[in-house]
Amino acid sequence: MTASVQAMQIVQSLPPLQAVLPASSVPPRGGRLQIEQVSIEVGQGNARVEVLREVTIDAAPGEFICLLGPSGCGKSTLLGALAGHLRPARGELRLDGALIGGPDPERGLVFQQHTLFPWKTVLDNVAYGLKMKGVDRATREREARQLIGMVGLAGFEHRYPRELSGGMQQRVEIARVLINHPRVLLMDEPFGALDALTRARMQELLLDLWARLSPTVVFVTHDIDEALFLADRVLVLSARPGRIVEALDVPFERPRRAAHLTDPAFVALKRRCLALLRHDARAPALERLTPLGSPSLPPQWRFAT
Amino acid sequence: MSAVPSLASAASTASSVTPPATPSANATGGVRSARWRRGGLPIASLLLCLALWHLAATTRVNLGLITFANVPAPAEVLSAAWALLRSPKLGAHLGSSLLRIGLGFGAAVLAGVGLGLLIGRLRLARELLLPPLEVLRPIPAVAWIPLAILMFPSSEGSMVFITFTGAVFPILLNTVHGVEAVDPRLVASARSLGTRRWRLFAEVIVPAAAPSIVTGLSIGMGTCWFCLVTAEMIAGQYGIGYFTWESYTVQNYPNIVVGMLLIGALGMGSSALIQWTGRRLMPWYRPQREAQ
Repeated sequence: MTASVQAMQIVQSLPPLQAVLPASSVPPRGGRLQIEQVSIEVGQGNARVEVLREVTIDAAPGEFICLLGPSGCGKSTLLGALAGHLRPARGELRLDGALIGGPDPERGLVFQQHTLFPWKTVLDNVAYGLKMKGVDRATREREARQLIGMVGLAGFEHRYPRELSGGMQQRVEIARVLINHPRVLLMDEPFGALDALTRARMQELLLDLWARLSPTVVFVTHDIDEALFLADRVLVLSARPGRIVEALDVPFERPRRAAHLTDPAFVALKRRCLALLRHDARAPALERLTPLGSPSLPPQWRFAT
Repeated sequence: MSAVPSLASAASTASSVTPPATPSANATGGVRSARWRRGGLPIASLLLCLALWHLAATTRVNLGLITFANVPAPAEVLSAAWALLRSPKLGAHLGSSLLRIGLGFGAAVLAGVGLGLLIGRLRLARELLLPPLEVLRPIPAVAWIPLAILMFPSSEGSMVFITFTGAVFPILLNTVHGVEAVDPRLVASARSLGTRRWRLFAEVIVPAAAPSIVTGLSIGMGTCWFCLVTAEMIAGQYGIGYFTWESYTVQNYPNIVVGMLLIGALGMGSSALIQWTGRRLMPWYRPQREAQ
């Protein structure tokens, strides 16, 4: 059985959207995301580097955009700025006309791995956003159960994240973000740590959820196949300082299935992406920047035991 | 500090080991020798030490550099322990020691965890509080004893202070370390999910740092007993440390060893209690080596 067939079975076994979303919830909708002449610098003092230079993107409500580029080109940095964790040095970020000033649940952020709260069960992880909004326990657990069902994890409500596989953890991540009914979904290589089979399933699950809830998606990846399979529009970034070197419209009809990956038009687009990225690969490789990245090293003066 | 739980867990696994369902002859032999190595060998080693102690004490071995002439034999210690167990003074000794530990350790937990969370998370707190603490940290708690006696009108107060001093730094530093090691992506996720400043402490920082805090509490408990016993030997009226020292001054030598063993058991027991509580409070947490 191929990955896509399995994925289709999972997707088809899900209940229809009207049945799972509570009547009280806000009707799902995507927001218009405007990135205008944005430059971002990270680091302090002499170590300060310009990571992104004058990037302009206008994402229509409900559009699926993939950012594709070499390591260290600032894809994740741009996502961090859209999430509100980093402030651009120049330029403006707007969601539906309002300036982005800080983190907000209406812009959901999904990382690659290990960002579920390890001390909370699946249910409490997913219900967390509603807890922060002050929703009472019964209501938030009911909504969380519905979303857990939507991502195909019914029965795992009381497990801890470490008891789940990588793919299941990413399902929980997505459910945890969706409970806030985000207008924008920001995804930083969310399937980058998964094996190929699981990744294919997760891509189809994501497209299915996106079709139902239609948030605007900005999806960072360095996997060309993934970008072309998912996106309405692929934006290829150059090496640091990152700039958009090309915007490729991906015209394939939806719903997309794994069979599209061998379509001649798809192969042509893939060749184009490879050429753009290879052009950059001649430049020396840059170290990976992780402004929101890995945990800091432990201090040197730890108490001797 | 890690020797205590690992010994305990080795013993518990040894007692619950069951042979595989369909073992071949070779496998059975392997299991038997593994079980012997895990369960039998440590006990044999303890018995051997006991026998050596008995021999050395009863034959009054004198090696010149070290002499066992005044060391009580295991049987004498056992009967002294039995006598103490039935004496009304045991309760008073235990009670005052445990009260001092409770007060000193309790204050150290409040100060160490509280300050540690602030220092680990807020730059202002770090710059303001860390320099004086770094100056005080290398001073061993025992070196505080004379000044503590001068500073506290009651000897009870000075002893509680000494136990506090012994416990507070391991707790503080492990808390700071735990807070600093919190994955920034976890904090970013929480903030993107709508977490505001003070709830971030309760929902993310404290639980993420909890394993490190528990380690600090466990180490702090060990140093706490060490400092208490020293303080009691100098300033006490009652208490296990005082009992041990008093036994020396009145030349009741078996009671010295009883006191020593009691101190060891109490220290080990209280550390195990912390580890056990920690595991109960953090069912989600598994140390790296157990997870693999």
